[in-house]
Amino acid sequence: MSTHESDIVQFDNVGLRYGTEREVLSNISFTLFSGRFYFLTGESGAGKTSLLKLLYLAQRPSRGAIRMFGRDVITLPRDKLPAYRRRMGVVFQDFRLVDHLSAFDNIALPLRVSGVREADLRGPVEDMLEWVGLANRADARPATLSGGEQQRVAIARAVIGRPEVLVADEPTGNVDPDMALKLMRLFEALNRLGTTVVVATHDLQLLRKVPDSLIMRLSKGSLLDPTGALKYPPRRSGGGGA
Amino acid sequence: MKRPPTIGSAVDRGLAPFRGRRAAHLLPKARFGGPIPWVIAVMVALTVLAAGGALALSNMVSSARGDLEGSATVQVIEPDADARQAKAAVVVDLLAQDPAVVGFRAVPESEVAELLEPWLGGGEGMEAVPLPALIDVELRDGTGTAELERIEAALQDAAPGSRIDSQAQFLAPVLSALRALQWMALAMIILLAFTGAAAVWLASRNVLGGNRDTIEIVHLLGGNDDQIARVFQRSILFDAIAGGLLGLVTGALAITLMARQFAALDSGMVAGGSLSALDWAILALVPLFAVGIAVYTARMTVIQSLRKML
Ligand SMILES: Nc1ncnc2c1ncn2[C@@H]1O[C@H](COP(=O)(O)OP(=O)(O)OP(=O)(O)O)[C@@H](O)[C@H]1O
Ligand SMILES: [Mg+2]
Repeated sequence: MSTHESDIVQFDNVGLRYGTEREVLSNISFTLFSGRFYFLTGESGAGKTSLLKLLYLAQRPSRGAIRMFGRDVITLPRDKLPAYRRRMGVVFQDFRLVDHLSAFDNIALPLRVSGVREADLRGPVEDMLEWVGLANRADARPATLSGGEQQRVAIARAVIGRPEVLVADEPTGNVDPDMALKLMRLFEALNRLGTTVVVATHDLQLLRKVPDSLIMRLSKGSLLDPTGALKYPPRRSGGGGA
Repeated sequence: MKRPPTIGSAVDRGLAPFRGRRAAHLLPKARFGGPIPWVIAVMVALTVLAAGGALALSNMVSSARGDLEGSATVQVIEPDADARQAKAAVVVDLLAQDPAVVGFRAVPESEVAELLEPWLGGGEGMEAVPLPALIDVELRDGTGTAELERIEAALQDAAPGSRIDSQAQFLAPVLSALRALQWMALAMIILLAFTGAAAVWLASRNVLGGNRDTIEIVHLLGGNDDQIARVFQRSILFDAIAGGLLGLVTGALAITLMARQFAALDSGMVAGGSLSALDWAILALVPLFAVGIAVYTARMTVIQSLRKML
């Protein structure tokens, strides 16, 4: 697992503690290969969000090494991090939509931050709204959207820039099974365009929807399979699932 | 399956600036508004007043200097009129030969009497009061105290009871008082700048707090510190310009009114304190400085707070 030509993320013996409390993640080692589709499962409180935070560079680990896109991101100076964040799309567990911006502007935000011209982003953002079934809600503020609608805006925002890595934290927690399936199709389509996808979920039904996916099981802050991701379907017994 | 409508390689387009209207649109709550333009207006008005006062004082000092520096007065104090005449003649001879003296004029006795009339009362009895003989002396440029002392010593030798006073000497305490006022004005300007910066700092932190979520989101989407700081800079720029202009107008108005009051005094010295076009240009720079300080302070506040995020 050390050097594959297309590995895109490498965690090596990573530990994370908040403040002085016990470690919420211990000895995390895995490699994500470019263009694959990963699920991260585990019971509530297992540390899925914490692991993803390390992945989307919102948090530094307390120990261990993390390489992304071929660089050690732990020693990376702070001013180099934004460029790395732009190569990723993130669906936050709590959405994190900007509450005074419309659905349209929320989805356009990463493009604007990346400096895409207004004329170039209008069409794709409108198409994306259509794609997630919110074409008629383009001007709505997040507060006036249902939970599921907010989630779809969050997803649209994460994928609009066709990131190299998509990180989604419980992206289907608030939508019905049909919409969940549709969103998985969106992720798969993106995956086929070359995006590496990491989806944290406790919805085990979801795993079955993406046949070629790999599964990482997290329990009480440790990866159950120390070699990293398992090929789906996992062994029947599986100690980790919620 | 349909291709999702994404924009490929948005990242490759790099860090095109995200400023101006788009940036403002991103954080509409970043408007400072509230008291900030007013605080800046008050600061600028007070600074313009203090600076205008300092400039007027400095003009007054230099014009008084220019008028008085080169002149001195010799008094010959001698009760006996004949002896006084004789001594005055000796003094005149001496002054005529002194290299430091450019010119002189013996003030006629009648003029001296006229000068003293307000104090002594005119009419009868005047003759009983011995008047000094006065000789106005024009000194070479750059004549210093040492030279004055030399002349005085020579005068004392030749005509005891005579003395020379430079007018600058009379004015020295006045000038140093004016200097003190100028320093005070300068100190006030510095204090005002600090207070203004502190007010902007507080306001920035406040606005920053109200936008913390948005800032964090933009940060996590890969916005860099400079982009986020620009949003705030832009917003305070407009507030500061509005406040600065208001303050300048108010301050200038106050100065003009004061100038009119002082002009009514009709005193030569005060007239020397009027502001030149250059002085007004300097005052017009005050709001520019205020805008600069405000924008810089806002930027530093935002950047510092962002540094705490990874
Ligand atoms: N900011 C924080 N400060 C302190 N402790 C935290 C913080 N965030 C998470 N934790 C703790 O870390 C542990 C893992 O939390 P995490 O959010 O990663 O779990 P999770 O697997 O995402 O759970 P869920 O499925 O409920 O979202 C929990 O015990 C939680 O209490
Ligand atoms: Mg979580």
